[in-house]
Amino acid sequence: MSRPAARAASGQPSRKGVFGRLADFLDDRTGYRAVVHEALYERVPGGARWRYVWGSTLVFAFMTQVITGLFLWANYSPSAQTAWESVYYIQHEVAGGWLLRGIHHFMAQAMVVLLALHLLQVVIDGAYRAPREVNFWLGLVLMMLVLGMALTGYLLPWDQKGYWATIVATNLAGIVPFAGPSLQQLVIGGPEYGHHTLTRFFALHAGFLPATLVMFLVVHLALFRKHGLHAKRPITKPDAMFWPDQVLKDAVAMLAVMAVILGVILMPALRAMLAGEVVHLGHLGAELGAPADPSLPYAAARPEWYFLFLFQFLKVFEGWGATGEFFGAIVVPGLIMTVMALMPIVGNWRLGHRFNVAFTLAILAGVGLLTAMALNEDYSALWVNRASLAEAEKLHDQTGGDAAKLVAALGGDNAKVAAIKRQWKTLEKVRRSQAYLDAVKLAEADAARAVELAGRPERIPPAGMLELVRRDPLSQGPRLFAQHCGSCHAHVDPLAPDAEVVIAKSSAANLHGFGSADWMRGLLDANQVAGPAYFGNTAHKEGDMVSFVRDDLTDEATWPKGDIDAVVAAMAAEAGRPVPQEIAGLVDKGRELVAASDRCGGCHAFRGNGTDLGAAPDLTGWGGRDWLVGIITDPTHERFYGDQNDRMPSFGKAAEGAIPPLSREQIDLIADWLRGEWYRPAQH
Amino acid sequence: MARPHGNNSAASVRPDDRSRGADPLAARREFMAKVVALACGGLATIPPVVAGLWAFLDPLRRTRGAASFLSVADLAAIPDDGLPRQFPVIADRVDAWTGFAAEPVGAVYLSREQGSREVRALSATCPHAGCFIDLEKATQCFRCPCHNSSFTLDGNIVNPSPSPRAMDELECRVGGNGQVEVKWQKYRAGIAEKVVQG
Repeated sequence: MSRPAARAASGQPSRKGVFGRLADFLDDRTGYRAVVHEALYERVPGGARWRYVWGSTLVFAFMTQVITGLFLWANYSPSAQTAWESVYYIQHEVAGGWLLRGIHHFMAQAMVVLLALHLLQVVIDGAYRAPREVNFWLGLVLMMLVLGMALTGYLLPWDQKGYWATIVATNLAGIVPFAGPSLQQLVIGGPEYGHHTLTRFFALHAGFLPATLVMFLVVHLALFRKHGLHAKRPITKPDAMFWPDQVLKDAVAMLAVMAVILGVILMPALRAMLAGEVVHLGHLGAELGAPADPSLPYAAARPEWYFLFLFQFLKVFEGWGATGEFFGAIVVPGLIMTVMALMPIVGNWRLGHRFNVAFTLAILAGVGLLTAMALNEDYSALWVNRASLAEAEKLHDQTGGDAAKLVAALGGDNAKVAAIKRQWKTLEKVRRSQAYLDAVKLAEADAARAVELAGRPERIPPAGMLELVRRDPLSQGPRLFAQHCGSCHAHVDPLAPDAEVVIAKSSAANLHGFGSADWMRGLLDANQVAGPAYFGNTAHKEGDMVSFVRDDLTDEATWPKGDIDAVVAAMAAEAGRPVPQEIAGLVDKGRELVAASDRCGGCHAFRGNGTDLGAAPDLTGWGGRDWLVGIITDPTHERFYGDQNDRMPSFGKAAEGAIPPLSREQIDLIADWLRGEWYRPAQH
Repeated sequence: MARPHGNNSAASVRPDDRSRGADPLAARREFMAKVVALACGGLATIPPVVAGLWAFLDPLRRTRGAASFLSVADLAAIPDDGLPRQFPVIADRVDAWTGFAAEPVGAVYLSREQGSREVRALSATCPHAGCFIDLEKATQCFRCPCHNSSFTLDGNIVNPSPSPRAMDELECRVGGNGQVEVKWQKYRAGIAEKVVQG
């Protein structure tokens, strides 16, 4: 009997429409109807339930990752010079790239949550029991694969955050006995992190791991169908069909997951819109840190939140050295996985199932507790009242944290000593937390600056973003200043002492605004010249300049106020700084005064006039780039302080064959930063 | 171990549509469930697909910058013997996020007649399929190495030729300082008309 005849004989309604005939044609040759029927009309014992949605939601999440991942792949370029750059491009320049990356980023996190829920439901319902043991084990493998994809994906933007987290993760892999070092070297593609770390992580993230996952997932689903859904007991309701009853619940759950993810991505935009601010689409969704820099300390390094518990767990073994890390990062997690793998067998014993549930809940509680501890350590400065620690803080500064001195300071009040010691512990935690929060703030500023620089009309140099960041006075200046200049010089805006403090305390001049009219006006002020912001803490406190400002400049007869204004104008002009409107016309007069031998020129050289070099710093080009580079390079040069130089090192000069403390590039960066010369984006 | 709800086959419990159909309320409820399930599933799938396609179509928004005159050679560097010489075109180039300053971006053939200050510039890109055209010294003609399109030294087609049009002549001017400037432009390949590539 022919197949159409068979169908007619079987009483199936014959379809007359074009689509109906096409469907018949296809079904005759593929048998798709039976497959679809089999897929949809699975019996759900006891009816559809919300607790069964997690598996389907996970499949949905994985499909979302595949779709968004493939489209991200179309824009991503894995190499040390292009990874950050291409992710920047996706996030800030590709239309809709922020949304694409945002969905991928947050769905990855949602998957971890969904995994935990799926596992919890399976364990609580006892769905791991015979004959479903193998499927339970497959599920554990799938979980490890998902976590592996999360770990490898974190590195791909090649930003500071991902880079340092990966350094830690791969070093932990390196402590596995015997195979560890080889394993580590294989994963990072050589002895050093670089191009091949990215190509390998990318191949793992987008190739090996998802391909393996798909294979395991197919078997997982096939076995799920073979054994049927493990119903929650007792069954009180009539059975239902997978389609549409359970599918409806699954679909609602999927939509809810997607809604949450879109909410997380779009919430900042909504908030900005309500506040009447401009919404920058590139700032929505996933974060992108500053480009990875192996030479830059990164105190904000943390793993993604779902690995924070492991990070915190390792701290438990602080002081155990490598043994502790091996124990905390490999042995304990390995044991936990082993116990979980044994659940189907343990579950056969009388109290086995209860043990399994208790164990799972205990692990989840432990994970939750460790995560909370990690967050508390990092963020406690936000909620601990620092004012309540003021006395303890003062005593800590006085005694240097020494217990014996504390007892002496408190006159042997033992109760108080104990109380203060407790507060010292809190203080220590708050200080560490504050340091972390400051590091996060700095990391955010670095990231924002990198994005600003990447948007320059000249675009990113072929050598990559890192080179551009390293050449940026705004990013590098404060760091170099703090490291090399800050042990003597302050850099505080006197008008806004709380904002942008690079270095607050000093034993030499405050260099904030050095070269500006305001700075010069302060120097020529009898009340300030010997103050801490100028020569107050230096050998020049008793010097000729101080007595000149105090004695000569205060004499209105020889130095009327207009003359001082003229000098201020001339010096600001010399430094290439803006001359305030009201004294702008005095520049030429000021130059004459500076050069005159009975005024500044009596000690200073200026544009070929004044005295010879050597008595005092040359004022030609004072505060300008060349002048600054010159004095940082060698303040003992006769152009500057000569033999009157007070302690300032020659940063650019070294004995024959030795390396000077600062390179020419670094000195340039400091000079440019002091002068406020860095790239600023055009205002739109 | 009793597993009353374990191993079942879909075939043994085919849904009995007629029994459901007997209850119009149940049928309507099931229909609504199907509609809502499909709607929710569809809605949930839209964001990743839309975001992906949105980003994927981004290249269509990108346009080549307006063509500009680029200095390619000194007039004195082009012998006035009527024979073309190859010169590199140097320009700033942006490749997605990377900016290249003063990079070779292509080549032109320049020639001028005896005593003339007028320079003729031919693009080295073959109008057939975009390969780089060679100047064959031996046969005194241009030849594309890919499909053997041949052109005279003036850039005209030598038949039979796969190329549908003559070599693309580029606008060329000589500045007062003797700098030869060429309007660096690309034309669509494979068609008989000379159309600027957008």
